[in-house]
Amino acid sequence: MARYLVPLGIFLVIVVFLGVGLGLNPRQVPSPLIDRPAPTFNLPQLHATDQRISPESLRGQVWMLNVWASWCVSCRQEHPVLVDLAKSGVVPIYGLNYKDQRDEALRWLQQWGDPYKLSIMDPKGTTGIDYGVYGVPETYVIDKAGIIRYKQIGPLTPEILRDTILPLVRKLNA
Amino acid sequence: MHKIILLLVLIAGWSAGPVAGGQAKPVSEDPVLEQRVMHLANELRCLVCQNQTIADSQADLAVDLRNQVREQLKQGKSEEEILAYMVERYGDFVRYRPPVKMQTLVLWVGPFLLLAGGMFVLLRFMRRRRQLPESDAVSQKRLDEAAQILRSKKDGR
Repeated sequence: MARYLVPLGIFLVIVVFLGVGLGLNPRQVPSPLIDRPAPTFNLPQLHATDQRISPESLRGQVWMLNVWASWCVSCRQEHPVLVDLAKSGVVPIYGLNYKDQRDEALRWLQQWGDPYKLSIMDPKGTTGIDYGVYGVPETYVIDKAGIIRYKQIGPLTPEILRDTILPLVRKLNA
Repeated sequence: MHKIILLLVLIAGWSAGPVAGGQAKPVSEDPVLEQRVMHLANELRCLVCQNQTIADSQADLAVDLRNQVREQLKQGKSEEEILAYMVERYGDFVRYRPPVKMQTLVLWVGPFLLLAGGMFVLLRFMRRRRQLPESDAVSQKRLDEAAQILRSKKDGR
């Protein structure tokens, strides 16, 4: 009996491991920045380049930082989701324009709509490195104390917004 | 003759190929610094193309991270400090050789455990096999018997 049960047991263990492994997304690398203070920056605004902004000036509110670029194809895909969210006014969205050309970024916003309170420019991508950005678009939810609470790698979908981000924002605002 | 020329051309192309490929060209003038950059870059994973180091990858992010490594080495930071800088931002996954920690223990010890388990099973199997009686082997006598049965069946028809 054990002759058959042992291989069967090993087989089942392997099936479970492989099954779980198939469901994981290797692109979703857990960020070490969750529950840590949002890295600071001091970057010029996209529209008013003479004005600079830092995350400290956004303390006291729950906000979203969305990393985007005009060259980023998936950003175009998630853009309507952001526009809808901005219209609802539930949470302010700030854009980090990552490794982009200013004129192209401005044209992109004009063409597809601007969901951002404001965007900041990170043409060399150094702030991107501080935030551990490796696959644009990425989105961070940052709480009133300036702590990163959530990171989304890849485009936002209405489902992620409904099931994860909006409940989190509500909780953080409570 | 044509075939020989073609062969020569192919060989020439083949031997020239690897020279043109290979690692990224050094950017800075200082070969010692560049060697240190490449050494560290070989320890860091490119998160865009995950099975490559940032030394091998030509992805935008890999180039940026190489520049970051170069800048920080120029500033006199140690290799440990730069690795810590990367892990702080991208997590342990950014290290091509993951550190031995509680969370990565299975990764490091698992294969050896599996190997030991496999050896154990194999040894037991072999020992049991040796203990089996030799009766499995077909003796000449039984072969003769079988031949006789076959013959008698044929005759009977």
